[in-house]
Order: sequence, then structure tokens, then C-alpha cells
Amino acid sequence: MSAFFLNPANRGWLVLVVATGATWWLGEVGAAGTGAILAMLAIVFIKGRLVILEFMELRGAPLMWRLLLEGWLILVGGLILLAYGISLK
Amino acid sequence: MTAIATAQSAEAPAGEAPAAKRLPGYLPVWAFILAEMLLFAVLFASYAFARVDNVEMFNLCQQTLDRNAGAINTVLLVTGSWFVVLAVQAARRDDRRAASRDIGLGFLCGAGFLAIKVFEYAAKFGAGITFSTNTFYRFYFSLTFFHFMHVILGMVVLAILWVKTRQGAYGSHDAHGLESGAAYWHMVDLLWIVLFPLVYVMR
Repeated sequence: MSAFFLNPANRGWLVLVVATGATWWLGEVGAAGTGAILAMLAIVFIKGRLVILEFMELRGAPLMWRLLLEGWLILVGGLILLAYGISLK
Repeated sequence: MTAIATAQSAEAPAGEAPAAKRLPGYLPVWAFILAEMLLFAVLFASYAFARVDNVEMFNLCQQTLDRNAGAINTVLLVTGSWFVVLAVQAARRDDRRAASRDIGLGFLCGAGFLAIKVFEYAAKFGAGITFSTNTFYRFYFSLTFFHFMHVILGMVVLAILWVKTRQGAYGSHDAHGLESGAAYWHMVDLLWIVLFPLVYVMR
């Protein structure tokens, strides 16, 4: 079983599944408002970065490609945060 | 689109030196992936800003979405992505059998995603909810259906990769085609990782 955790891809998959459960749970308890949005965006960031760096293997890619994809994640998260911030006013 | 799987002959691999930083797969495929991601970024932002003027209606309609189906579908896509990572690893150690098996498992995860989505759509149509019901559902249907088409495209790519892997096209000598297709499949996963919380959960 411990051999399973030696492969970073396996660890990554486990984190992705647990993080998905966390988002689902936030929905179940009816989490809403600033704190909930921030928590969900944080989960999106963790999951997205994992897919970009580990699954797409951009950790070992030229910096430009890492920045482009991680930047996309920040851009999308930022725009969502901005829109939700406006709607909470 | 089959260019993803068959581009080996067309382009030089991006970066050959093993010690140097290397972009897995082919550069044109990454350019295509980036263009797709920008398009989805616009769609995600459009949803978020359209919601600003209709917060109550969006929150109300969001409650009618099947969050369980959305979460199970997230697990299916991240698992499908994981299988394809394992396939690339297997191909690099020339384990063709494991590579094709894992691509097949990734494909099945995609098929599971599509099946659940079809049930979800059927339930909505059954309840009399359609694309033209209101702004929220217009976004729900267009965003998820556009993504749905990308899952299908990803599965077509996986099917081609499966055939080529069984023919021995990828191995320790060269896995660029497989890496390119894998990157596209991961993009489909990445997009859903944003789409699910945004449309199904955030309020």
C-alpha cells in the first residue's frame, strides 16, 4: 500500500478526490458568502495547480508555460472573485 | 483535431535535451489548449458577471442542479486524468499493455461522465427546464454542453492514442504524441474543476 504513495500521480489523485469531496460538502451545508467563495476558490487553485504541475507535467517545463497556465488559473479565480465581490455589496 | 495524435511527423518535439526544461508533447497542441482555455475563461467570467445583476434568481435556480451528479462527474474526470498520467508513465518504461489498459480506463471514465450528464439533462428537460427558461439555465446548458463536447473530443483523442499505443507508436524512444493527447485530456479535467464549483456550488 505504501508503494502506492511513492508515485506522485497517485498522491495527486487522492488530493483531487478529497478536495472534490470538500467542495461537495460546502454545497451540502449551504455555505455562502465571502468565506465560502474564498474557500471554494482556494480549493480550485489547489486542484488546478496539481493538474497543471503534476498531471500536465508543467513543473519541469520552461517557466513561460508554467506562468501561462498558472496565470490562467489566477485570472479566472480573480475574475470570479471580483464578480462575486460586486454582487455581495 | 486528430492532429493531436498524429502530429508526430509534422512538428519537431518541443525541447529534446533530457536535462533541460521540457514541455511535454507538441507546441501546436499546447497553443490550441491555451486558446481553448482562454475561451472558457471568457465564458466563466461571463457567467460570474451575468450573475451580478441576477443574484437571487441565480441562487434559486442553482438549487435545482444535481450537486451529487456534478461531484461524481468531477471524481470521474480527475480519475480519468490520473489513468492517463499512469498510461504515459507506462509508455515511458515500454509497458505497452499497461499503457493501453490505462488509456482504456481513462476513456471509460469519460464515458461515465457523459452518461451521468445525459441523465442530468434528461431530468432537467423532464422538469420542463430548457435552454430558454432563463439566463441561469442558458448559462448552465451552454457552459456544460460546450464542456460536454470537449469531453467527447478528448475521448476521440484517447481512442486514437489507444490504437496507436497498441501498435507500439509510443515508448521510451518517443512519447510526444501520447503526451500531447494526455495534455488535452487534462485540460478537459481542469476546465471542469472550475466549472463545477462555479455553476453548481458557489453562491
